[in-house]
Amino acid sequence: MMLKLSKDKIGELFQKIASDRTLYLPVDNNGQVNFGRWTPDAAVRLDQLKTVKSSKDFFFPQTENIVAFKRQGKDISIIEKRDANEPFVVFGVRGCDVRSLDILDRVFLCDPVDSFYKARRENGTIVSFACSEPEENCFCGVFGIDAADPLGDATIRVIGGDLYWDAKTDKGRALEESAGALFTQATALDSDAIKEHDERSREISGRLPLKDLDLDSFEESALLEKFNSPLWKELSQACVGCGTCTYVCPTCQCYDIQDFDTGHGIQRFRCWDSCMYSDFTLMAHGNNRKSQVERFRQRFMHKLIYYPANNDGIFSCVGCGRCVAKCPISMNIAKVIRALGGVSVSV
Amino acid sequence: MSNSAGIADMLIPRLGVVKNIRTDTPDVKTFRVEAPSGGVIFPHMPGQCAMVSIPGVGEAMFSITSSPTNTEFMEFSVKRAGFLTEWLHQMDVGQQVTVRGPYGNAFPVDTELRGKDLLFIAGGIGLAPLRSVINYVRHYRDRYGLVDIVYGARSTDDLVDIDEIRNEWTGHDNVNVHLTIDRPQEGWDGHVGFVPDFVKELKFPTTKTALICGPPIMIKFVLAALQTLGFDKSQVYTTFELRMKCGIGKCGRCNIGSRYVCKDGPVFRCDTMEELPDEY
Repeated sequence: MMLKLSKDKIGELFQKIASDRTLYLPVDNNGQVNFGRWTPDAAVRLDQLKTVKSSKDFFFPQTENIVAFKRQGKDISIIEKRDANEPFVVFGVRGCDVRSLDILDRVFLCDPVDSFYKARRENGTIVSFACSEPEENCFCGVFGIDAADPLGDATIRVIGGDLYWDAKTDKGRALEESAGALFTQATALDSDAIKEHDERSREISGRLPLKDLDLDSFEESALLEKFNSPLWKELSQACVGCGTCTYVCPTCQCYDIQDFDTGHGIQRFRCWDSCMYSDFTLMAHGNNRKSQVERFRQRFMHKLIYYPANNDGIFSCVGCGRCVAKCPISMNIAKVIRALGGVSVSV
Repeated sequence: MSNSAGIADMLIPRLGVVKNIRTDTPDVKTFRVEAPSGGVIFPHMPGQCAMVSIPGVGEAMFSITSSPTNTEFMEFSVKRAGFLTEWLHQMDVGQQVTVRGPYGNAFPVDTELRGKDLLFIAGGIGLAPLRSVINYVRHYRDRYGLVDIVYGARSTDDLVDIDEIRNEWTGHDNVNVHLTIDRPQEGWDGHVGFVPDFVKELKFPTTKTALICGPPIMIKFVLAALQTLGFDKSQVYTTFELRMKCGIGKCGRCNIGSRYVCKDGPVFRCDTMEELPDEY
């Protein structure tokens, strides 16, 4: 049975969770809502459907130190010092972003395991947040995600004046125990309200403009056919290669490794990178993806054909719609899926 | 939390010391690297690569040109081509470097290549990954059939480690060496012409298994030349490199089709490349 908490006690819940681990949740910072650290006076925004950036940062940070060095004459010393990594909670993660972690897990946790990512995954607890009103850019349903009842260590629903809590894993139950005194048991009446909430959410999802994107033709056997499609040229024509789509994308995983001279030594860090950038594949002997058409194609081929070919057919897109909202030229994966899937699209 | 190499993470390098620097050509040097306590930094198989770095300067993937049968040191043949390689060319013996790996698959020396007549075809610095295989094959000579080596470069000055080729390979261990240079040169009485044409002229029987490495354009033309001679793509292996950062199939740079060159390659049997988009 689910647990329940009056919405006006939600601050107490945050305080309780934050008492023994770091709590991140959607907060307003100068008009942008992103996951940020909870403090008693943080501008928490649970009414915002989507954060600008996804929850990816907590597991695969935009920049992360890997190892440091000191150089003296011909000698080098390697200094292994990791950033502190302690238990934390990400609260209010939507179903799309929850699925994105499964997609990233398949990259970073497959052999050889990325120990930086793994440590963060082990330390992190995900409290997902059911979507009451999915909006027009959402298409998570295309990828079989149920926004009304997302996965996660625990799931919350906000219905009327109440917050409902549904622990789904040991981590979620551990969190529930630490905040146990705040909750009351949900009743049969509450079950009806939850059922109604979920049905309404699914009904909205079923009416969204991108709900019936057809991915049937995106399979490994069509790899060369899709790759060689003449449509890429037209689709990518206006792409400015800004990489915004990759930075707001919860599943983009490409990274760079760079050294920074701190004045006291060399800090090696990794940071997000984008296959949309012209120097991403640049080598001393040339560049195997010279044009934006090729780089644009790489991003979508990877999400829709290459990644699924290596991962049981799972697409590397969760339908969060961030790229749909943010692309400065209004190009996006939904248009690509339609065009490459045989539907005519105006570019 | 450690991987098969027993270190905390595959992204964390180990130390190496440059023990010897050999100038092979005007723009290629071969660096002999040992662990600080002596010996190789880690074992590898022929065709595998390693990330070599001078922290603060750069880190890049190089094939390990020494044979795994050499446990005293590792060798990297490096062509001066950019920022890091320029720095490496300027350094002196005794310089420490960082090395991580080994990365990628290897030529199937203990399986598919066993008992076969082998035909090595290299152009320029492309000899570097094949040298590891050639010396491995020479070490276990009775495990393989006939060995032919076709090697070409722009000029005699550009043939990498010609001394080893002349003094240790030619006429030893039942190995046939066929050298060529692109244009005629005074004092050169050997073959003149491009490697793909030379391969066609030599009319190798299709009983051989070929291993090719060189500039991407040479690989494509040599493969075509071998097919003209009647070779099937399944008898031809090649190795190549794309830009890499992680070496473990995660950073996304060397992704071609559903493959990562650093992890699923760098060695590919040419028939398996048919399923890859032509983007390498």
